[in-house]
Amino acid sequence: MDIHEYQAKGLLAEFGVAIPRGGLAYSPEQASYRAHELGGERWVVKAQAHTGARGKAGGVVVCDSEQQVAEVAQKLLGRRLVTEQTGPAGKGVYRLYIEEATDIDSEYYFGILLDRAREQVVLVASAEGGVEIEQLAAERPEAISRVYVEPAVGLQPFQAREVAFALGVPASAMQRAVKLIYSAYRAFRDRDATMVEINPLVLTGSGRILALDAKMSFDDNALFRHPDVAELRDKSQEDPREMQAADRGLSYVGLDGDIGCIINGAGLAMATMDMIEHAGGAPANLLDIGGGASPERVAKAFRLVLSDAKVRTVLVNIFAGINRCDWVAEGVVQALQTLDVPVPVVVRLSGTNAEQGRRILDQADLQVITANTLAEAAAKAVAARGA
Amino acid sequence: MSVLIDENTRIIVQGFTGRIGTFHSRQMIDYGSKVVGGVTPGKGGERHLGRPVFDTVKAAVRETGAEASIVFVPPPFAGDAIMEAADAGIRVCVCITDGIPAQDMMRVKRYMRRYPRERRMRLAGPNCAGVISPGKAMMGIMPGHIYMPGPVGIVARSGTLGYEAAAQMKALDIGVSTSWGIGGDPLSGSSLRDALEAFENDPETEAVVMIGEPGGPQEAEAAHWAQAQMSKPVLGYIAGRTAPRGRAVGRSMGCAGAILSAEGESAAEKIAILRDCGISVIERPSEFGTRVAEVLGAA
Repeated sequence: MDIHEYQAKGLLAEFGVAIPRGGLAYSPEQASYRAHELGGERWVVKAQAHTGARGKAGGVVVCDSEQQVAEVAQKLLGRRLVTEQTGPAGKGVYRLYIEEATDIDSEYYFGILLDRAREQVVLVASAEGGVEIEQLAAERPEAISRVYVEPAVGLQPFQAREVAFALGVPASAMQRAVKLIYSAYRAFRDRDATMVEINPLVLTGSGRILALDAKMSFDDNALFRHPDVAELRDKSQEDPREMQAADRGLSYVGLDGDIGCIINGAGLAMATMDMIEHAGGAPANLLDIGGGASPERVAKAFRLVLSDAKVRTVLVNIFAGINRCDWVAEGVVQALQTLDVPVPVVVRLSGTNAEQGRRILDQADLQVITANTLAEAAAKAVAARGA
Repeated sequence: MSVLIDENTRIIVQGFTGRIGTFHSRQMIDYGSKVVGGVTPGKGGERHLGRPVFDTVKAAVRETGAEASIVFVPPPFAGDAIMEAADAGIRVCVCITDGIPAQDMMRVKRYMRRYPRERRMRLAGPNCAGVISPGKAMMGIMPGHIYMPGPVGIVARSGTLGYEAAAQMKALDIGVSTSWGIGGDPLSGSSLRDALEAFENDPETEAVVMIGEPGGPQEAEAAHWAQAQMSKPVLGYIAGRTAPRGRAVGRSMGCAGAILSAEGESAAEKIAILRDCGISVIERPSEFGTRVAEVLGAA
């Protein structure tokens, strides 16, 4: 789960990370009031959207008057911010963060990630801040330092110093940098984050070390023990269909083709997608019903898949282990009897209770195209679409 | 003995008396697996499915001589259950639970390393379909009837694709020595490489089908190992060749995480790595059966 910049900063600040002063605004009036409250002569208006590269997309604007803050806010609020990372649909901007302008001396990159290959938390540092870290990693990997944390003992002081030296902060700011690194690590560890990225981390003219921008992502599997983090979810930043699916215990991925797919398991979903493309078609979406799906859950899956107007065929491809094909078949029957299904439906059932499932479909006497294998299912779905 | 379990392996079930644990324990018993008891803290002394229930894994091991354990414990407590199994001297642990926090798994794996390699517990999963040696024993949630005994090892990150491969092979009268689920989580107990190594040393296995996905370093690591160390033929399939980049289905793949990967993590890049390492690439997921038949026929 991702959160907004202002939320990440708030959370990091709780752990002792220094951040510039700022305030949240939902309207232009509130934005200029925040600027007034903060005082000073320059402010930064920052669109709050779950994406990086906001600056280049016009989502971060430096202002010289309260009047200008209000004008910029007017332009940003309600707009969809399209960045290199969002895709053409962009992300809606409904919140702004108004921050005092910072007098920057130097910029650095600092991040914390979970390295799944080494099964350790890794601290990533570079003296070159404000840049795209992926680009830097590709072009000049030697400019990036990594420090791995031993899970049994956690981050050690010498390691935090190592990171601070890698950042290249001057000796006078070393203590403050070490404190920030430690604080950010504790936030990562205690809140079950999967990523903290402070880019840029800055040294100000007066020698302070501040997180000028901050991103955090969290392990969805650990949200049960962090209700305070779970509360930060902003549903306006998520795909509405994916969210609806998640609320029903399903997982949905929207794509560009015209075959709606109801599948169990992420691997089979990807393989089905590959088979459809080999057969000359393309999926409109992939819906994973998960394990132990009830007939009701399968019927809901149909409703969700059909809510995409692009869908011209529905393909149900189930290889049941922990699932039951008879339940899936009942769900298909339920959906076809209660919903208006204006497109052909192809069903392939294998595994647990597959025979019973096929019998249920036969007895229901519905217009269902059945298939026995993965290849047949994909070919029939692609052919049915043209019919 | 097959790579991990056989008909003589004494198995206990952690989370034995729960709804899911009960259902799948019954399936395993029906398949012929030697389930000798289970663990549910607080229910020690009771009997369930005609077998004894223990409060701790240590007690279960002491009383039954169990060597293997399957975990159906809910996610908040599953990491703890795995460590308890390791501490009690269990040799093979299969964790079915989906949704264990990543930091819990990081600690679990660190904990397992406190034992020297020869005494270290083998963990399959979490978030996997389990392990089956057809005709001998099943420790998992797979539909047992789709497998027949035979000479081909299967190792898969995806449960359903492992089923797909086994079913296609059975349709062509080709059997499986062991099918081993790696699981879909970012941190798993065993890797594809671990499974290849076990299959290479298993006299019952003649060829191996390896099924991977986008994301993570496992496939590349396994491919390089196979090239250097394996005498048996390996066939590889990577799902998600046509998946949009950075959007592996149902898996979260961090963006900044991309800087950590030394090698390509997309399906296309992995397929290229497999090919470079001399692994026979299965192009389509409808061709598991036919391609295995070709390789066995040529051998």
